[in-house]
Amino acid sequence: MGPYGFTRRDFLRWAAAATAVTPFNEEFLPRLGTALEGAVKEYPLIWMQVSACSGCSVSVINTIHPSIKNVILDQILPGHQLFLNYHSTLMAATGRRSTDMALETARKYKGKFIYIVEGAVPTREDGAYGTLGEEDGKPVTMLEWVRRLAPDAMAVLTVGTCAAYGGIAAAAPNPTGCKGVGEVLTAAGITTPVINVPGCPCHPDWFIGTVARVLLYGLPSAREVDEYGRLKIYFGKSIHARCIHRDDLDEGIFAEHFGQTGCLLEIGCKGPFTMGDCPLRQWNSGVNWCINANAPCMGCTEPGFPDKHSPLYQRR
Amino acid sequence: MRTHVMVDPLTRIEGHLRVEVAVDREEVVEARVGATLYRGFEQILQNRDPLDAVQLVQRFCGVCPTAHAVASSQCLDNALGLVPPDNGRIIRNLIQGANYIQSNVLHFYHLAVLDFARGPDVPPFVPRYEADYRLPKATSEALIAHYVQALHIRLKAHEMSAVFSGKMPHCASVVPGGVTVVPEVDKITTFLWRLKELRDFVTDVYLPDVMTLGEVYRDYWEIGIGCRRFLSYGAFDQDANPDVTKRSRFFRMGRVAGDGVEPVDARAITEDVTASWYRSASGLHPSAGETDPEVGKAGGYTWLKAPRYGGEVYEVGPLARAMVAHAAGTGSAHAKLLHDCMSHARVSVDQLASVMGRHLARAVETKVLADAMADWVLEITLDQPVAVDHHIPDEGAGVGLWDASRGALGHWIGIRRGKIGRYQAVVPTTWNASPRDARNRPGAIEQALLGAPVKDADNPFAVARIVRSFDPCIACAVHLVTPGGRLLGKVRVV
Repeated sequence: MGPYGFTRRDFLRWAAAATAVTPFNEEFLPRLGTALEGAVKEYPLIWMQVSACSGCSVSVINTIHPSIKNVILDQILPGHQLFLNYHSTLMAATGRRSTDMALETARKYKGKFIYIVEGAVPTREDGAYGTLGEEDGKPVTMLEWVRRLAPDAMAVLTVGTCAAYGGIAAAAPNPTGCKGVGEVLTAAGITTPVINVPGCPCHPDWFIGTVARVLLYGLPSAREVDEYGRLKIYFGKSIHARCIHRDDLDEGIFAEHFGQTGCLLEIGCKGPFTMGDCPLRQWNSGVNWCINANAPCMGCTEPGFPDKHSPLYQRR
Repeated sequence: MRTHVMVDPLTRIEGHLRVEVAVDREEVVEARVGATLYRGFEQILQNRDPLDAVQLVQRFCGVCPTAHAVASSQCLDNALGLVPPDNGRIIRNLIQGANYIQSNVLHFYHLAVLDFARGPDVPPFVPRYEADYRLPKATSEALIAHYVQALHIRLKAHEMSAVFSGKMPHCASVVPGGVTVVPEVDKITTFLWRLKELRDFVTDVYLPDVMTLGEVYRDYWEIGIGCRRFLSYGAFDQDANPDVTKRSRFFRMGRVAGDGVEPVDARAITEDVTASWYRSASGLHPSAGETDPEVGKAGGYTWLKAPRYGGEVYEVGPLARAMVAHAAGTGSAHAKLLHDCMSHARVSVDQLASVMGRHLARAVETKVLADAMADWVLEITLDQPVAVDHHIPDEGAGVGLWDASRGALGHWIGIRRGKIGRYQAVVPTTWNASPRDARNRPGAIEQALLGAPVKDADNPFAVARIVRSFDPCIACAVHLVTPGGRLLGKVRVV
């Protein structure tokens, strides 16, 4: 029996019923088929947006292998299925039904669910600048949600630079006292492992790959992550190290105005100070990436983004 | 007997929103809409390099960053006296157009459809309101299958945008003066093939699905009426007139508040803070706007400001653009398709001001825009400039008025000593989800909720359908902060 309490018999009955109707059940048949083999591991997921723009959710649904259908409705990896119990943008439930689902998941699957946080956590005035639902007639702050759910999670994954390090939400003068999730948990003495998957937004492959790492091999060891809690397989080399404009740099060809081609250092490229594999991986199914569109790298995967890299269009 | 119902959080929108309604004799008699996150972007933008605004403002919202990129760069163009070359203008249109399709498809299938069609009994499709699923089983299942198909379609739309913007969300290539990307034939080719797939989907699936929904839920052509005043800044420049109000745009700039199209004068826009928790003066123009919070201000119930045009409440978004197109006459492809769909659905223009009308307006504009983009992309001239160079003045001011997919979006900048001295954005959801003003008139969504049928206070599905038909985007509404206390008294939380 999986964490949802489905028995083998339930699946058989469900599959039999499903074959009687078309068309959408066909969409779900592959999952039922593998579930019948009894080999599917199920992982409940709580994905909570706090001080966020939703850009990381929107980016992650751009995943191609696995497709987003695989991720949210089928199996993220063959034999491994996520159950998206809470995601405020995607879930059917609304109001208290939705937040109850988050609480129930955390209670029922203590130590087994993955807690994904998107966005930074407002901490000023004890978190009053961001709330989600209410309890006993009082709004529940996002700060309280994170402190409450994180201790019971198997692991916390921060999606995007805001959740990882504060990001744009925490840019000076940081009006709402936004912080990255790791910093909030450390301050509260919560020791649940945190893996950072930064980027503004987070690349779908970085997210899926980090989840797959955890599902297949468990939590990464200390030598697999860098000092900022990111997996080195994605954030082990700088953008500059593998840039498509290295030849221009060698030959002294620099873009001086927007729309000119050449090395973009003089119009503010932060590639030398930014870790990531964008030059190899590219974005949106590989159709393009910032520097290939002649736009200087802004350093969006780094702690301290954007302030550390501002002004964005001036050489650092 | 009055029952108070609160829905918090109202999910399947962008951001964090709560809705409180008072119900009497199974009808909503009073509504208050609040939002529960404040981010303080105006403060963050101050004292930065003006060029950086175009990147930072995109982080208002990951669903519609392109609209902020274009509005902000037009605002900077205005302040810096820049006129982008044709390639820059066209490529900005294509980046934004692709994201319109992405945003509208995502809204209908991934945010709205689950209010009408029952998904399979697994998360994220359960739990849900267990009431009023009227579609025949096969239709409902087809809609859920299209939900899955639409995940792929919106991804393709993002790819199209990224072909010219570098990446999505948060496009890299839009800058004051134009764009950075150099067009090449392979970009145009890959864009056209993806556009073809999208156009087929919009024509064969999206628009027919909306029409089907409108046939089954005919009462929703009468539910969620709203304020019946419509404002559009227009979008997709067809020429480079420095005066934005004289520029020819694919979606027209205009107002409808009765018969005919009235002009838009940006000076008539004010922000009322009577019911908002700010100590700043009420009724300021956004270019002089202040954002000075006062927690618990007497008489306030939200931190959302109330934008007004000439003192009046206006609705913005696809319905507003449709109303402007319709009132302007039947010449445009937009007005023609709208007319055809209205005849087919047997609804009048008055009935467009409704939940179904908003869904239809969104689908119609998606189709005419996607069709037009096939021509625009071929107007790009290879080997021609994409941007003009800029010079940042010590002092200056600018405005960018541009319709995001969700509606009228205005950005105002004041430059002081070569830095951003002041930045204000009045976003679509600030218009639609605005609170009461000095004359105690509710905002557009609050008005649309009046009369909504609520038979079972535990399942206020009509409330959710009405609010979602506006496609609220709360992260964009940058002034918002949590309403700290009760809005209406003792409430039932559902």
